[in-house]
Amino acid sequence: MTGLIIILASAILLFGISLSKRKSPASLREIPALTRLYRTLGLSIEDGTRLHVSLGSGSLLDARGGSALAGLAMLRQIAERTSASDKPSIASAGDPTLGLLTQDTLQAGYQAAGVEELYAPTSGRVTGLSPFGYAAGAANILQNENVSANIIIGHFGPEAALLAEASDRENMVLIGASDELSGQAVLFANTQDALIGEELFAAGAYLGAGASHTASLTVQDILRWLVILALAGGAAAKFIGVI
Amino acid sequence: MRIFTAVIAIAAGILILGGYFFPALAGVQTLLLNWAIILAGAAALAGIFNLVSVHSEKIRHQEKGSMYSALLLIALVVTFLFAMILRPGHAAMKIILSGIIIPVEAALMGLLTVSLLYAAMRLLRRRADLMSLVFLITAVLLILGSATLPFGNMPVLGSFLRPWIAQILALGGARGILIGVALGTLTTGLRVLFGADRPYGGN
Repeated sequence: MTGLIIILASAILLFGISLSKRKSPASLREIPALTRLYRTLGLSIEDGTRLHVSLGSGSLLDARGGSALAGLAMLRQIAERTSASDKPSIASAGDPTLGLLTQDTLQAGYQAAGVEELYAPTSGRVTGLSPFGYAAGAANILQNENVSANIIIGHFGPEAALLAEASDRENMVLIGASDELSGQAVLFANTQDALIGEELFAAGAYLGAGASHTASLTVQDILRWLVILALAGGAAAKFIGVI
Repeated sequence: MRIFTAVIAIAAGILILGGYFFPALAGVQTLLLNWAIILAGAAALAGIFNLVSVHSEKIRHQEKGSMYSALLLIALVVTFLFAMILRPGHAAMKIILSGIIIPVEAALMGLLTVSLLYAAMRLLRRRADLMSLVFLITAVLLILGSATLPFGNMPVLGSFLRPWIAQILALGGARGILIGVALGTLTTGLRVLFGADRPYGGN
């Protein structure tokens, strides 16, 4: 029942804060990687190159789906902004269900920008069905399709190093975030500004995805403080012998 | 249509979530999850068609790297035909899996060692800050502490420092990161559950 209470409380907080954020937009702290991402979006349109969004091989049928959904929310914003570009963005996924949603999200972005006729289903791709197969297929896109920036966001393990290496070889901007610890370590060593932990879920808010995204960040902060208090309280109770 | 898909998705999400807390909904939850697994299987086919169409187009337009696309398609068709004729459990299919796919993936894993070493070497050039320094020093200490020497573990490093870093500092940090990821997953899931984010059918 504790789980249900936490979920219900989070849902009420999210709903309430979303409503309040619509009236007064929040000010967000600077995250260098996301500032770079924002700048890269504009630059890629100006210089006629494309962005590649790697969504990883997280399945939507298990707990790894959270990072994949965060990646899709970011892709939706990127698609809307770059859809009218000479070289529209490409997204790749390593899971078939995620691949289908990638295409749907890209199409929604084109629709929102009013250029649905420019949408090509091949801009959302499934490049492999195993993590390494996916990375090898996505690296092929980086090498051959005039990509200027690679945005890695989703579930990635050590295979992220293959994508990072391919990005580096083509001198492209690399922005990366993963929900897996090994993937995070690899991306920390390979990117100029790394996104750590929950920063992965902040991309949508920083790209202007709406009040619900900024409200999510506030709810995460509230829940994080509650976890900190519970941990500190538990440690103190153990220390004085209450539990 | 969009409202219809959103209502179905939200209802399915709430029923599946409810199944974890209310035993009465467990049957519906299992049924919906079974449907999801069948749909995921169908999505795998759609994914393969997508792969084929992307690479066929590359070959047709003779784009850069179309040779690799041709190789991929030939391998895909040959493997698919073999599996259809011989069935996936046949010895020849096992040879394809254990003789080609697994060694290739293992080779890619081996390549990672070089890539990661190279990345670590360039880390300070790319980002010369305190955290990069801490990252590198920790990595070096752990590697040295794990080294197998003829006389056993490295004194102090192998017996004390490595376990202390791995079990106390790294484990604490890892749990902190995972708690952050879990909270992010929770709020992302809630956004999708309440239709604020709709990756299905767009929004």
